[in-house]
Amino acid sequence: MVSLLDIIGPVMVGPSSSHTAGACRLGLIARALAGGTPDMARVELHGSFARTGTGHGTDRAIAGGLLGFQPDDVRLRDSLEAAEAAGLKLTFENTKLRGDHHPNTTRITATREGRSAIMTGSSIGAGRIVVTAIDGFPVEVTGAYPTLVVVAHDEPGIVATLASALAEESINLATMRVSRRQKGGDAIHIYELDSAPGSAALERIRKLTAVKTLRVVDRVA
Amino acid sequence: MFDSLLDAVTAAEAQNLSLGELALRTEADEGLRSRDEVESGLRRALDVMRGAVERGLIGDLHSVSGLVGGDAEKLSRARGPLAGTVFTDALAAALAVQEVNAAMGVIVAAPTAGGAGVLPGVLLGIARHRRSTDSEMIRALATAGLIGAVVAVRASLSGAEGGCQAETGAAAGMAAGAGVELLGGTPRQAMHAVAVTMQGTLGLVCDPLGGLVEVPCVYRNATGAAMALAGIEMALAGVEFPIPADEVVDTMGQIGREMDVRYRETAGGGLAATPTGRRLARERLVQLKPKKGR
Repeated sequence: MVSLLDIIGPVMVGPSSSHTAGACRLGLIARALAGGTPDMARVELHGSFARTGTGHGTDRAIAGGLLGFQPDDVRLRDSLEAAEAAGLKLTFENTKLRGDHHPNTTRITATREGRSAIMTGSSIGAGRIVVTAIDGFPVEVTGAYPTLVVVAHDEPGIVATLASALAEESINLATMRVSRRQKGGDAIHIYELDSAPGSAALERIRKLTAVKTLRVVDRVA
Repeated sequence: MFDSLLDAVTAAEAQNLSLGELALRTEADEGLRSRDEVESGLRRALDVMRGAVERGLIGDLHSVSGLVGGDAEKLSRARGPLAGTVFTDALAAALAVQEVNAAMGVIVAAPTAGGAGVLPGVLLGIARHRRSTDSEMIRALATAGLIGAVVAVRASLSGAEGGCQAETGAAAGMAAGAGVELLGGTPRQAMHAVAVTMQGTLGLVCDPLGGLVEVPCVYRNATGAAMALAGIEMALAGVEFPIPADEVVDTMGQIGREMDVRYRETAGGGLAATPTGRRLARERLVQLKPKKGR
């Protein structure tokens, strides 16, 4: 459904809705996956992001997102300096990612307190984004909803257990996806929610023995 | 929202509403956002547009490459035969927003950042002479949103998909319909303004130097605003374009799908591929060199 505010908007720092606003949103998601401002981030730029990224401020937009700046925050302009001040060590590299990727794609490895989150995401036009991989698992996260990212041991009934934990806190699921790399290993669960989960729901999920990690990605779009 | 301008105009006429009021009611009925939420979003968009025009007209901004900047201020001191009219004010405002955009300032993507100058150019250009109220401006923005939504569904709003006709062309169509509403025209006149404006931007390629939103994008927003003003004037005079607006939009989509990839934001053709375009891209639009260890 197209909203008037999708067409007259977003309010954003220029110059490009895909290369600047979308890139910032990808940085925001990488920040959420890392659990806050990373200590270190390796940003690999693919396709048009690599070719025209500097001129469009893609590097500054991603750095700003990693620092928690929104697409309309004028601090995006000086975010590389802000990152340095915040102790976020950044490296940017041009790369050619293997496989089929949208022309505006980045892979971000964000490390915080010794733990790394790896995310691949694309900016698909007019500031909209899609995250296609998290920690090696294939996913599809658009940032249009508050999203739970759960890595859990792949065992019977785990989906029902997680879903009922959310239901008991009256949180409605908009979409859900589960994918795994191998049978009986770990699986990634992506739950897009109609409302942001409260601490009680998160605590309930965190206590489940099968759950390895639980991360919350706020709405970015 | 609507997927046909004719359907929207028919509904507006049946209920005796302007297109903007129809758009606001339709969105509220769809239930995703309340009317208050949409109106306050559009009010913020209007504030940001005004701020960007004001900022750009100072004339001290330069783009990342240094290729664009300072032209809006020149237009604000225009001395030609059209100086001091809605026309030159619209050109100045369109350039101002794009100069702010190219300098990483805050703008409203309308529908995209690359075409963000056209709509504020036309609407604020008119408002300056007509003393339009904020609520009239907000309804005009809603009209523009309705038109853009139809274009998004029937064709495209992305230069990478449909060339510049899908960005500044769509923005010009949106601005033309919105301008007719702001000037008191009927929904049907607004629809004809969209048709006659967008027939003038059909086939327009997206050919930015070095792939960046600078040249010709900044200037193309000003010429897009001029095209919209032509459509507004014709529609208000009673000109009815023989091909329906929906079919003009469909044609734009079809041309976009058939457009060679060189003309869709890849800097492979058009002005980007001229000897001067290539030289400037090489000299001024220096691309990413890995920055290690910052």
